[in-house]
Amino acid sequence: MTSFTLNGLRVVVDADAETPLLWVIRDDIGLTGTKFGCGIGMCGACTVHVGGRATRSCITPLAAVEGAVVTTIEGLDPAGAHPLQKAWTALQVPQCGYCQSGQIMQAAAMLVDFPAPNDADIDAVMAGNLCRCMTYVRIRAAIKAAAADMAGAAHNG
Amino acid sequence: MLKKLLLLFAALGVLSIAGITALAWRPAIARVALPTTFAPELVAHGATLAAGGYCATCHTTSGGAAFAGGRAMKTSFGTIYSTNITPDPVTGIGGWSPAAFDRALREGVSRDGKQLFPALPYDHFTKLTDADVAALYAFMMTLAPVKAAARTNDLPFPLNIRALQAGWKLLFFKSGRFAPDTAHNAGWNRGAYLVSALGHCGACHTPRNALGAEQSDAAYAGAAIDGWIAPALTRANPSPIAWTTPELTAYLGSGISRYHGTAAGPMSAVVHDGLAKLPADDQRAVVTYIESLGGGDARAGAAAPVLARARATDGVMPGFDADARLFTAACASCHYNAGAVPNVLRPDLALNSAVNLDDPTNLIRIMLYGVAAKEGAPGIVMPGFTGLADNDLARVAAYIRRSRSDRPAWADLPAKVAAVRAAGRGES
Repeated sequence: MTSFTLNGLRVVVDADAETPLLWVIRDDIGLTGTKFGCGIGMCGACTVHVGGRATRSCITPLAAVEGAVVTTIEGLDPAGAHPLQKAWTALQVPQCGYCQSGQIMQAAAMLVDFPAPNDADIDAVMAGNLCRCMTYVRIRAAIKAAAADMAGAAHNG
Repeated sequence: MLKKLLLLFAALGVLSIAGITALAWRPAIARVALPTTFAPELVAHGATLAAGGYCATCHTTSGGAAFAGGRAMKTSFGTIYSTNITPDPVTGIGGWSPAAFDRALREGVSRDGKQLFPALPYDHFTKLTDADVAALYAFMMTLAPVKAAARTNDLPFPLNIRALQAGWKLLFFKSGRFAPDTAHNAGWNRGAYLVSALGHCGACHTPRNALGAEQSDAAYAGAAIDGWIAPALTRANPSPIAWTTPELTAYLGSGISRYHGTAAGPMSAVVHDGLAKLPADDQRAVVTYIESLGGGDARAGAAAPVLARARATDGVMPGFDADARLFTAACASCHYNAGAVPNVLRPDLALNSAVNLDDPTNLIRIMLYGVAAKEGAPGIVMPGFTGLADNDLARVAAYIRRSRSDRPAWADLPAKVAAVRAAGRGES
């Protein structure tokens, strides 16, 4: 039995300790916003937050999150209105959309560490999130828009 | 003449067997009825000491009851399984008198008179004070008894002959309590006691000789143990930034240092289950003593250029270097830093201990098996990249080394990765 917090709720999972967290989230718990891409931690589609840090769930064994706080795209904002989600919609970032929940989760964690990221920061931190539709230009623009939105919100109290 | 010589050898053989037997013989200490009560303060003190000595770390197997034993300790001589130290009268230490407990802990002899293997670090515990042994006894004897029989050790003949341990002790074991060094203050001496007696830090961080005894002339010089490298605690430690008092305080108190990395592998339990549970004064004393081994505070000023270099390295884009692109895809999202001081939760690899050791084992282990939420910085996970081929992991390791350290390239990395993978994750 492994227990952890998922999107604010405590969950107890009876699965092999080596089961990838992604499988538990999608198949056992049924939250399918997090996607399976490469399965070896090289594409970023499965990115969730563990302890607030962007983490590739396809290569994270269930045992590793015992006692941890996990957030998926479904739990990023109760209304689906995180500044990144708003910017994503406003700029029509996705094309096929498959990688987008991973992109947004990675970007959301990045904005905690880099509240005003420059191009080098975005390139370095987002390089592990692949987009086969090549929406990178819009992703970068949306991240900057969200950062500005969040800075403005912080500024205006 | 030949016959006489043979007789002489035979006689010598018999004599030495008789000698070892006589040397090894210890009486059994009779079982006693358990004292029913201990002062609660004594039990609480014992609990703190048991944490500071990580008793549960070795005496618990994954998924098993705490202190009930069964953890495999792989040594170069064979596999030894830890035993049940709950007060179960049949399978544990129930019925052991204070004298029997004391003799096991400080002399390495079981209640029944059998010699114990030095996998139990009695060579360190012999330095414990009488009062601390009494507190540990009170704590152990008030644990809930668990029925768990010891597993049979997997040691080849003749190493499985316990009587031979008497010879080992004659050569390498010096019984005796901790003696303070009057050249140092009380805090340093308290730290020396906690590190050398209770914490048995040398059991991992001091290299051992061919017979498995710690080399006293190389104390804390670093060693390979349990599939990990325990780095040197002396000046020989290869970290690019010295282990200063603030960094040791952060690392030993929380499991993470912005200038060195996270406590992973066996060290994770040492921090989270051990040192973090010691009183603040004792934690400070441990830091004082460990700092004195490497003298890091005197070199604190040398950090600035190292940090500047780490920052510059971070900004280099991979271009068409295929190894660098692998690194960028797999590692940079978490390990990229910007700013003068690295974010403690984005461990800077140019500063990281594992990247700067002579042996790549620790880095490979972390890349393959990651760091669980309960290890390192609590609540945060580094996933393990077992899905990458040995050769790709080797390329990433080689790239990290050549881009982020001045030290020579590691040899035979693909084979090393394969060996670490074959050895498995092990118990943590």
